[in-house]
Amino acid sequence: MKAGVVVFPGSNCDHDCYHALKHVTGAETVFLWHKDTDLQGVDLVVFPGGFSYGDYLRCGAIAKFSPIVNEVIKFANNGGHVLGICNGFQVLTESGLLPGALMKNRGLKFLCKYVNLRVDNTDTPFTNMYAAGEVVRIPIAHMEGNYYIDADGLKSLEDNNQVVFRYCDHNGTAEDDSNPNGAVGNIAGIINEKGNVLGMMPHPERCAESVMETRDGYFMFESVAKFIGGCR
Amino acid sequence: MSVYESFGFPEVTFEIAKGMGLSEGEFEGVKNLLGRTPNYIELGVISSMYSEHCSYKSSRVHLSKFPTEAPWVVQGPGENAGVISVDDEGLCVCFKVESHNHPSFIEPFQGAATGVGGILRDVFTMGARPVAAMNSLRFGRLDKPKNRQIFEGVVAGISHYGNCFGVPTVGGEVYFNSCYDGNPLVNAFALGVVQKDRIFLAKAEGVGNPVIYVGAKTGRDGIHGATMASEEFNENSESKRPNVQIGDPFKEKLLLEACLELMKTDYIVGIQDMGAAGLTSSSFEMASKSGSGVRLDLDHVPMRETGMNPYEVMLSESQERMLMVAKKGYEGKVKEIFDKWDLDASVIGEVTDDGYVRLCWQGEEVAALEAAPLADEAPKYKRPYARPDYMDELQRLPKVEAPKDLQQVLVALLTNESIASKNWVWTQYDHMVRVGTVQLPGSDAAVIRLNESEKGVAISSDCNSRYCLLNPFEGGKAAVAESARNVAVSGARPRALTNCLNFGNPEKSDIMWQFATAVDGMAEAARVLETPVVSGNVSLYNETEKKPIHPTPTIVMVGVFDDVTKRIGSYFTGMESAVYLLGENTGYIGGSEYLASIHGYERGDAPEVDLNREKSIIDFMCEAADKRLVKSAHDVSDGGLAVALAEMCFNGENIGVNVKLSSGIRDDALIFGENHGRVVLEIDVDNVQAVKKLAEKYNLPIEKIGRTCSGLIEISNQTRKLISMKVTDAENIWKNSIGDRMK
Repeated sequence: MKAGVVVFPGSNCDHDCYHALKHVTGAETVFLWHKDTDLQGVDLVVFPGGFSYGDYLRCGAIAKFSPIVNEVIKFANNGGHVLGICNGFQVLTESGLLPGALMKNRGLKFLCKYVNLRVDNTDTPFTNMYAAGEVVRIPIAHMEGNYYIDADGLKSLEDNNQVVFRYCDHNGTAEDDSNPNGAVGNIAGIINEKGNVLGMMPHPERCAESVMETRDGYFMFESVAKFIGGCR
Repeated sequence: MSVYESFGFPEVTFEIAKGMGLSEGEFEGVKNLLGRTPNYIELGVISSMYSEHCSYKSSRVHLSKFPTEAPWVVQGPGENAGVISVDDEGLCVCFKVESHNHPSFIEPFQGAATGVGGILRDVFTMGARPVAAMNSLRFGRLDKPKNRQIFEGVVAGISHYGNCFGVPTVGGEVYFNSCYDGNPLVNAFALGVVQKDRIFLAKAEGVGNPVIYVGAKTGRDGIHGATMASEEFNENSESKRPNVQIGDPFKEKLLLEACLELMKTDYIVGIQDMGAAGLTSSSFEMASKSGSGVRLDLDHVPMRETGMNPYEVMLSESQERMLMVAKKGYEGKVKEIFDKWDLDASVIGEVTDDGYVRLCWQGEEVAALEAAPLADEAPKYKRPYARPDYMDELQRLPKVEAPKDLQQVLVALLTNESIASKNWVWTQYDHMVRVGTVQLPGSDAAVIRLNESEKGVAISSDCNSRYCLLNPFEGGKAAVAESARNVAVSGARPRALTNCLNFGNPEKSDIMWQFATAVDGMAEAARVLETPVVSGNVSLYNETEKKPIHPTPTIVMVGVFDDVTKRIGSYFTGMESAVYLLGENTGYIGGSEYLASIHGYERGDAPEVDLNREKSIIDFMCEAADKRLVKSAHDVSDGGLAVALAEMCFNGENIGVNVKLSSGIRDDALIFGENHGRVVLEIDVDNVQAVKKLAEKYNLPIEKIGRTCSGLIEISNQTRKLISMKVTDAENIWKNSIGDRMK
């Protein structure tokens, strides 16, 4: 697998994703500059966290017009694998690769902490290493992570098993108490219908090594690396 | 009409100079130095450079007492930030703490945000990539709405700036005391990583080399901010809101990336950020440090608004700007890099060799001042000081009756904003970005690994300002000792510190005495603990309506790890571990949180610090960490032994502790007293003998006080049960106290 991490001028988790992919997972990894249009033959594109273009306007709203995003949209439509984390998830919804929108947290504050997530769909290229219904601890860090989609859209996500991660308590119960930002249906991450584009608010790259609080995020990178193949 | 005349500046008189903050003596001195009366632009420049904030005129004579050297110190005070070595292969960390108190009172959100922005620039100006930020914050008590508003705004401002910039804000300290009612303290710290041979300094060398302005455009914001920061507050201070700058963290992130990319090349000679007094201090500092001169065409400075004049351009404190000197002929290459990041880069002048900073507008010289005398020979005062008579009364320890129910006291202390969990604060900070945070906030020190290697640093910020009020000497020692202890308790070797000295009006002899005496205490502790001062900042005139704050010399200590997996956390990790106390309980309650918040006395001499004992504790902890003998450790400070033991249970895992003491000290003083030199250790039963041996080696008293258990915090003395409560109950009180007040 060859991975590419997109670098917008305000990306600040680009280096973290690069580290998780290249040094921890052992995948060949390159940076993809936002003004470029060459995806350098990558198999996986990662939109990292951060503040793409400052995001003083709606998060990701400007990013969708950047040259690289145009190319990634074509890449995804041709079946290429795309992972959007945090601001990357916001870019994916803004650019139409994923349905729904990410609104301000209901507490109106930035929130950075470890949360429990239930893996609801393990039949994806990104989550095949997890057990169905497994509860993992992965940190969030966002101001706009309150996922919203209308009732029809939600029904369609649920019917197609597109909800991949849900905020839950340590027993795996997804109730309002364990919802950090007000996301509809406790949704933390979703995949597109075709199953090649995943967006999530939590940061798996922040817990991919044993020196961290958990190593639960590592298995996302290992899942996709194994799925695409060709890693060490 | 000349260009200068076209601006219509008033004729310079003492009245004008006074309005810019100069005293009569200073104004006369300026005239003597120049041999003439300065013009209006020159006066603006001089008054900014002579402000307390830029010149350290009241503090300089005392600051020279600090030890500043050690084999691991690469850059001591005098540059934008200090630098120490982490290993023998050139890996260094660069750090500094700086105040942004005055702007944060006037406009909490932007004041705090730009404080973070300023300290980050100080670090990356040196060529270091910022990898950790911290803050030391002080507010009035949260029962007052105004204090809640300031607290909320400051935390949001720090969060806004640091999160977007992409530096993890990994902790710090937050204290509440009514002495900060009209004068909150916002001290921002940043630490960056740099290779020893890639450190950049503020130099303007090489005649004919271009002076390049990079970053955001200049606006009218923050004009005379440095002068404002050198005054007391009064009822008119709110009208100074336009003096507070506005921060743009996205722009700063671009500036960081562009500067670091440029610093990989060999195109630049020197670089200096534009902080307090903007273009004025950056240009004069660069010229004076190199003994050269510069000529600036101020009308070439990128401006945000039309109609600005050279006075405003020189004194603007617009954020996210840098001044650099490039090698001649490389202007295009520099511009290319800044273009890539969509930033302005304009040549605004050149290096000269006549020692003057010459300011031009449309080709006409509108001001000319010799750089070195202004930068180096700013006024320096030996302000009179004396121990005030009221100290006798303050230091007298009041007799208090022992409360009947000590559990109620513990609950009250855990609810106290200063002791309660600060999770409401740090969950608003992105504290994990850059995947270096290997110890989450809430422990005694933050631990950061560097460049994804096993090497790292531990950082702790401390100052008990009540101790400093009651005894500035012992309080100063304590701030250094406690921060070093916190670093060592986390398993790292304390190496160097940066400080931010927040005091009242230095023109008052009691305040000056607090300052001089606290500096003496800090200097002695820094010497004995072998932790020199490598950078710092002084903030005076922290008074509102003549009421000074408690003296608050904030220390941020940096320690070094060869392997961060040796780090020690502050929370119990398992049941049935042995719990030991390193050091002794003396039952001294002078200056304690217990005496203040339960009995209402901020009285009694501060507890004395035995620096040799502290040094032994540091050596013990470093060796214990190296041999991985300790499962968790927590220093005993605010709230005493009972609070320290309770806090160790608060990791959300319902691990409790059963402690049995057998002491003749009165129960309340025994468990809430705050004498120094104590650490609670959680030890695996198999390691107990080794730990005891190690304590013997360092001649430290150690005693078993209990064991960890499930779900209960129990403390007894002799046959008396003092505390018995559920961990979950105590933890909820402690964890939610601040959040509940902020709803």
